[in-house]
Parts: sequence; structure tokens; C-alpha cells
Amino acid sequence: MFAVLPLLASLLAACGGDEDSGPPTLNWYNFPDDSGALQKAADRCSQASGGRYRISYNKLPRAADGQRQQMVRRLAAEDSSLDILGLDVTWAAEFAEARWIREWTGTAKQQAIEGTLAVPLQTSTWKGKLYAVPYNTNTQLLWYRSDLVPTPPTTWAQMLDMARDLDRQGKPHYVEIQGAQYEGLTVWFNTLINSAGGSILNPSATEPSLGPPAVQAATLMRDVATSVAADPSLSNQMEDQNRLAMESGVAAFELNYPFVYPSMRTNNPELFRNFRWAPYPRVDADRPARPTIGGIDLAVSAYSRHPDLAFEAALCLRNRENQLTAALEGGLPPTLRALYDDAAFIKEYPFAKEVLAALESASVRPLTPAYQNISIAISHTLSPPSGINPVSSVDTIREQIDEALRSEGVIP
Amino acid sequence: MSMQAEPAGAPPPPEAEQVRQGKAAISAGARQERRLGWLLCAPAVLVMLAVTAYPIGYAVYLSLQRYDLRFPGQADFVGLSNYGAVLSSSFWWDAFWVTLFITAVSVAIELVLGMGLALVMHRTIFTRGVVRTSVLVPYGIVTVVAAFSWQYAWTPDLGYLAELLPEGEAPLTERWSALWIIILAEVWKTTPFMALLLLAGLALVPEETLKAAMVDGATAWQRFTRIMVPLMKPAILVALLFRTLDAFRIFDNIYVLTQGAQDTGSLSILGYDNLFTALNLGIGSAISVLIFICVAIIAFTFIKLFGAAAPGAEVKR
Repeated sequence: MFAVLPLLASLLAACGGDEDSGPPTLNWYNFPDDSGALQKAADRCSQASGGRYRISYNKLPRAADGQRQQMVRRLAAEDSSLDILGLDVTWAAEFAEARWIREWTGTAKQQAIEGTLAVPLQTSTWKGKLYAVPYNTNTQLLWYRSDLVPTPPTTWAQMLDMARDLDRQGKPHYVEIQGAQYEGLTVWFNTLINSAGGSILNPSATEPSLGPPAVQAATLMRDVATSVAADPSLSNQMEDQNRLAMESGVAAFELNYPFVYPSMRTNNPELFRNFRWAPYPRVDADRPARPTIGGIDLAVSAYSRHPDLAFEAALCLRNRENQLTAALEGGLPPTLRALYDDAAFIKEYPFAKEVLAALESASVRPLTPAYQNISIAISHTLSPPSGINPVSSVDTIREQIDEALRSEGVIP
Repeated sequence: MSMQAEPAGAPPPPEAEQVRQGKAAISAGARQERRLGWLLCAPAVLVMLAVTAYPIGYAVYLSLQRYDLRFPGQADFVGLSNYGAVLSSSFWWDAFWVTLFITAVSVAIELVLGMGLALVMHRTIFTRGVVRTSVLVPYGIVTVVAAFSWQYAWTPDLGYLAELLPEGEAPLTERWSALWIIILAEVWKTTPFMALLLLAGLALVPEETLKAAMVDGATAWQRFTRIMVPLMKPAILVALLFRTLDAFRIFDNIYVLTQGAQDTGSLSILGYDNLFTALNLGIGSAISVLIFICVAIIAFTFIKLFGAAAPGAEVKR
């Protein structure tokens, strides 16, 4: 049996051995992109390096949980074959605290910060240090049908009134929003609590903040879910079901990401003519809404054998040219401020101005290593939205967040 | 071995001594043989210790720690408090009852169907090979692959089974319908295994006894309950024990079909989520150890209940 070990060792060595010849390969792990924009960026950067490195784009699983699990499993085992990691905006704190990713310092940090939007940059910062560079961002807008709604609502209360009116007239009146028990429900809650002037955690992320804004947010979610504006399948809906419902013509409003726009153009040209967008509705009339941002941050693995090259390559992958390609071909909103004035981008993104405005007032989800537990606690407690009891639901969330921050809680 | 221990060409000792020495020589030889036996199985024992005892011991050790991969700096010995956290959590008890329900229902159905299939396989004279092979097909399919086909089959607009339901029904998104689909997938998959174990038991029932009973006027049902079942008891125990332990640790079907949503998660799913999603090795290991204890209790109960029919009981007789 022990005779096999040297054999195994030589096999393992052979697996990693191809790096000895030619330039080092940097393995970039990111979400699976079907548009080809990411592969194009990898090729361009390999070319531009002048033979100093070659980037290999490796596709992670489609679902966010699967992406995180693969990376976490491999990093916990100190796998040196990961170099550049595409992290969801909610993971940087966790990976940094576990010491799986490297801090950005010096010139690399300067280049990462320069010209980058402030809110996305927050997501890659943990305890005052930069741990990743924002790749793309994303945020929700209010989409509506101008044939049913001549002027878009500015608050949730107005929107619900309009839905009731449309209902009385027997017209399509649903408000499409993510109500299934998953991350999207947490995003909805986070947007509402921040729009109401509160937050889920205190600024230093050591304990829950919640309070009256949380109760206000939970109350609003319940009111939407129990009103005529609610889609009957609200409690099972994610972004894609919302998109399909809007395209099928049963809804008047939709809170969703910009990917719904090209989709409507292709799937229902008839409705597309009246398909308009507006800023995310406010909770309080006198306070702008603070929609939650999504997106990807690029980090360098702590176990990478070529960290310096990896920092350089990560910066290349998100440079102006590659972000523009990702925006035009992959539909990913860029994190470089300057691109929102780029003519080519505005042509493809007629709502560029609204997206930029939303990003500038946007909120981030709680920045804490325990984010996964907190998100699960929230989505589990607030599902189904029609069953929310604002005060006791918020109490439950507070207890579970307390436990999660002490890593004592069992997650469902 | 003992032959070689005898010195060759030594003068024959006196008779009485020869007997005594002979005895001594045999026991010395036996001792040596025993030592050789231990030496021969030592590598296997070491490997077993390395692959089972070590992980179990390590899991127990981890379960006594606050050990969260995300907070490596805060690892600390916390005694039994992880067990307290798990046992006082409603998520543990929800998952416990779900697991128990799936185990009890699926094993009961499998036993009945498995017995039927075993009788068919036992009695078939023509095309026996074809019958046995086709019965075993579900067991030969990888569970995850089968679970995906069940998932697609029950997805609205996609699957042939969802087609049979009224418009707008999504059975995998409702708790009870999802649980029944999980049980269906489990039963479909493992009934052949049950049947195979029971078939081995059927082979133990002597044909003459059955014929004699028939001559005495026993009905088919009487022959089944009075002769076959008692004689098959050890085989039934083994089949039930194996399947109960397996079913109690159910993971793959649920992981593919619902991911544990709508409170359909089993204990193994709970352990997995706490280990791999929450990265909480302390809590996750406590859950694993508790599952291990549950499994031990089930095994112990079975042996006690069936008493003399337990495997290995004959040796003591």
C-alpha cells in the first residue's frame, strides 16, 4: 500500500507540472458567461502581457451557492491552482476574514480605486482594507408599462394605489418582485430598510441595528404581499419568473435588473413599445430610495503561486476596454464611473443615467463574514411575505443575527 | 507452521513428556499463528483506523470547539455548547421529524414491495435472468442521475408527470407533495436492494416444509406467515436494518429535488448546510455526531427487538 504513495505523488506533480514550460498560467474562476465577453477579456490580457502570463478562464457553477462552495472548499484545502477569484459582492468580508484572499496595497490598490464607483468599492473593503477590485455591478430599477401608467410612481404607497386603481378598471395591475425564499428576498428587505433610513447591522458590523426602519420595511413587504398588487405566485418568484410574468402582460410594474430590457425587446416587441423605466420607488416620500447593489469583485487567492501577476491580470480584466465589452456583450453594468458617459454604452443602455443615479445612492448588503447566515435568517423568517408579523419577525431576525455573529446559530 | 516448529531429527522424548510437550508445542504454534494472524490483518486494521476511527474522533473533537472557518482567529474549546445549540434549535427538530417520517414511510413501503418482488423473482422459472435484471435496473442507476430525472419529470411545462397535474401545480414547491416525491424517488431506487436481500432469505426456506404444509391444508397466506416469514426473520432483519440506516442518512435525493426548501431537509442536509454553507465546523460536526448517535440507537434497537434473530446470535447458542 505504501508503495503506491510515491506513484501518487509523481502523478500529482505531473498534474501541476505543465507550468514549467512557457509563461505561468493564471487561473481565473468566475461565473459562467455565455456571451463570450469574459473569454475575450482573458485572451486580450494574455496577449497584452507580452508572454509574461496566460489567463485561463474557468467557469464556476451557475448558482451562486455552488460557486461559493467550490471556491471555499478548495481554498480551505489551500489549493494553489486558483489565482483570480470572481466573488459575489457579499463574499469579500468572509474570504478576507478567513485569510483566503490577499490585501490590495501600493500601486495595485491605487489603480483599483481610481475612477471606480464608491458603493461597489465598499463591497470589496473589509475592516478598512481593500481585498478585491469591483468587476461589474448591478442594481434594480422600476420597470413599468406606460400604456397603463402614464407617470411612474415615486413611492411604494403611490405604486400600490395605482395598482388598486388598475385592478378596479380590470386592467393588468401586478407588481412583480422577488418573493421566494432566497437571496432575492433578503435583497428586497435590505433595499427597503436602507430606504427607510436604517440598516441591518451597525456600521462596525458587530451587532444588528434593525429597529423601527426594519419594522417599517417588514410592514411594507407584508402590505404588498397581501394587496391586490401581489402576483399570486409571489412567494415562489425569483427574478426570472418576474421577467416572464411582465412579458406575458399580467403585470403593470416590475422591480428588476436591466437584463429585462433586451429580453422584452426580443420576447414581446408589442409590449416593448410601452416598456419604460424609472428610479426605484421610495419608502418615505422625502428620502431617496437606496436599492441594493449586486455584482462581482475580483480577488487574488492567498495560495496563488503568482500573486503579483494575478493582481496585474485582475486589473487588466476589469480595465475600461474589457468592462465596456462585458457591458455591451454580456449586459453587465460597469464599475468605472467614466463608462456611464461613453456614447457606445449609452446607446446600448438607454437607462445608463438612471442606473448611475441608483448606484450613487445605492446600499450594500451587510458587510460581515457571517453574511450567509444572516441572509438565510432573513429570507427564512420573511417567507412567505404575506405571513410576516412585522414586530415579531424583526425580533426573530435580531436573535438569529446575534447567534450568527457569535457562530452559535444552526442555519436551516 | 506448527510442523516447522518441531525440531527436525531430535530424539523422540518419553511418552508422557511427548504428550505434554506436544500440547505445549501446539499452543506455542497456535500463539505464533495468532501473532501471524494479527500481523497479517494489521495493515487492514490500520487502514480501517485511519479511514474511520480517525475521522470520527476528529469530528467529535471538532464538535467540542467553536470552530468557524470564517473566524479562524476565534477557534476555542467550548465543551458541549454546540450540542446545546443544535438540540435547542427548532431547525434540528424539524429536520429530525422529516427524516424520521421519510425513513419510516419509505422503508415500510419498500419492505412490502420488496417482498413481492422477491417472491416473483424466486418463483419465476422461465426468463428468470431477464426478470432479475430488469428488477435491478433502478438500483443500478446513480441516485443523483435518477433524482434529476424525477426533478425534471415533476417540473411544470417540462416534465411528463407534472403534465398530469392541474395547470399551475408545482409539486416540488409545496412541502407535503415534495416529501411524497422524495419518498417515491427513494422507494423506486432502493426497493430492488430490499428485494435482493429478501430473496437471499427466501432461498433458506426448505421446499419440503412448504410442501408438507400444503399437504396439511395450509393456505398460501398461512404458509407465508407461519413458515416463510419466521424462517426468513434473520434476512428480514438485515434488510430492514440496512435500509433504515441508509434511509435515515438520506441526502442525495433531497439535495437534488428540493435542496431542503419548504422544510423538506433531512438531518444530513442540515449538517451539510452548516458545514459547507455556513462553514461552521463546530456546529456541523455536532450535527454529524448526533446523526451518528441516532444511527447507533437505531441499530441497537433493531438488534434488541429481533433478539435471537440478530446476525451472529447463532454463534452464542
